[in-house]
Amino acid sequence: MSDVSVDANHSSAADNQPQDNTRRRFLTVATSVVGGVGVVGAAVPFIASWNPSAKAKAAGADIEADISKIEPGQLIRVMWRSKPVWIVRRTPEVLAELATHEDRLKDPNSENEQQPGFAQNRYRSLKEEYLVLVGICTHLGCSPRYLSDGAFAEVVEGVPNGFFCPCHGSKFDMAGRVFESVPAPLNLVVPPYYFIDDNTILIGSEEGAA
Amino acid sequence: MWKNLLDWIEYRIPMMRVANMHAIQYPAPRNMNLWYVFGFLATVVLINQIVTGVWLTMNFEPSSERAFASVEYIMRDIDYGWLLRYMHSTGASAFFIVVYLHMFRGMIYGSYQKPRELLWLFGMFIYLALMAEAFMGYVLPWGQMSYWGAQVIVSLFGAIPGIGPDLVIWIQGDYVISGATLNRFFALHVIALPLVLVILVFLHIVALHEVGSNNPDGVEVKRKKGSLTEDEKTSFKMHEYYTNKYDIIDDVVPFFPHIVLKDLVAFCVFLLGFCYVLFFNPEMWGKFLEHPNFEIANPLKTPEHIFPVWYFTPFYAILKAVPDKLLGVTAMFAAIIMLALLPWIDRGKVKSWRYRCGLHKWNLLVFAGVFIFLGYLGGTPQENWKITASQILTVMYFGFFGLLWLYSKNENTKPVPARITK
Repeated sequence: MSDVSVDANHSSAADNQPQDNTRRRFLTVATSVVGGVGVVGAAVPFIASWNPSAKAKAAGADIEADISKIEPGQLIRVMWRSKPVWIVRRTPEVLAELATHEDRLKDPNSENEQQPGFAQNRYRSLKEEYLVLVGICTHLGCSPRYLSDGAFAEVVEGVPNGFFCPCHGSKFDMAGRVFESVPAPLNLVVPPYYFIDDNTILIGSEEGAA
Repeated sequence: MWKNLLDWIEYRIPMMRVANMHAIQYPAPRNMNLWYVFGFLATVVLINQIVTGVWLTMNFEPSSERAFASVEYIMRDIDYGWLLRYMHSTGASAFFIVVYLHMFRGMIYGSYQKPRELLWLFGMFIYLALMAEAFMGYVLPWGQMSYWGAQVIVSLFGAIPGIGPDLVIWIQGDYVISGATLNRFFALHVIALPLVLVILVFLHIVALHEVGSNNPDGVEVKRKKGSLTEDEKTSFKMHEYYTNKYDIIDDVVPFFPHIVLKDLVAFCVFLLGFCYVLFFNPEMWGKFLEHPNFEIANPLKTPEHIFPVWYFTPFYAILKAVPDKLLGVTAMFAAIIMLALLPWIDRGKVKSWRYRCGLHKWNLLVFAGVFIFLGYLGGTPQENWKITASQILTVMYFGFFGLLWLYSKNENTKPVPARITK
């Protein structure tokens, strides 16, 4: 057995030796820092692998929709990034009704950024006639129902058309604006889109952006 | 020959020492009653989940195209596949039943109080891991409720200011809940979380055996070394790990076989109920397996009503009761965190409700009632009166902790007996 222990510097036998822990402290700090950087670096691939893959990103690309066959008042659904996107052709009566209930809305002037800049208006659209919305409730992601021709008046008095979420009862008007005292905090999302021509709409990018 | 083999093993690994310390010579209070079987039952269910889970993995295909069909394949074409799957799905609900009873036991007998705070915290971590495990497992069959339930739960993270929306995309691995989400939930459900659960259960038991089991009287059976006469000490041989540190009062029995046999009786009764559900009512009227989940996931069609499975509905009701999304999510998580903080919210020194004030008994019973009623509200279709009701009940839920904190400081308690009563 040897008398030399690892802690020889601390033993009483070494009292006459100057105690100097700076080298040990330096090594402890240096290895901790280098080791910490290594751990952070090694974590990168594990965290980054959870991002959408190249395939998922490709599937999330822009889409085109034919709007020439939509009847007035009709809603069509298209898929964009696997989400339902509604395109509604609003009649002049529906457009007129938008101004009548603004005192009952949470965000009538679309001040929250739930839409591209071009849609920050009463109609929340590029062309008044066509409403384009992501059909997912801003509360917890359900897909609201389109209640038209007076059916919506059963849930909101005096408003004949709108969207009603069956999950938790959120209500939206014909511009996707949310009513007061419902769980959804925000208006429905307007995706970026533009009209390629009179019959075709592109969803996913704004004009000139792509 | 047998003895030689045991000696050979014992020389190399402490098999008998561990068995003695944690079972054969573990001092268990002799008054442990019916409430004390649920920890054992939870362990049995955990084993059931692991074994049946491994077998289900052999035929399940974790892709959005194949998941739903592969579950149907297990149900219809694999010999006894239906049995393995129903054992797993019934086991999930059974797990929460026994865990909720186990937690309530801890609350009425003050088992979270000093020195069992860490034991309680490990239990709460098990509960959290179990909720994550159950949620991800429910997504795997890729039915309508799997899909839309995942949609609701994952979007909770979107309420976090700033990073929320990006965090949701990162969790999903896509712009929506998709096959990528299903696949990573599968990996977490079958590997990561079970590992975490088993490790936490191990720590829970280690912590339990370090501080010792509580009992319905809340009387400590381990006393200061040298404080008991030989007559007062237990005549059973207990492991020296305990007797070296403490004097153990004559109110204990060895865990094995005394408590284990009681647990086995409870297990038989449990098995009766379990088998009733398993063989006669595996869907439990749409509560254990919800009916929309027999339809394949469809991102374009929201089911008429979305509910989580019954064991999440009390927290879901709290979420829905708050009109603001971020505050609702906060309230929901706070409801769980309050439970974890019980050892510090309860400032009382008396453990068992037997010797605490009448208000405490009522507070506990009302809390249990509130929890069940919230579960009802969160699991049935939305109606106007239910919003008000769940708001009142949410206040009452948190009120339990507020009241407890207030009255436990200078509580009018009964004298705690020196020894365990009958």
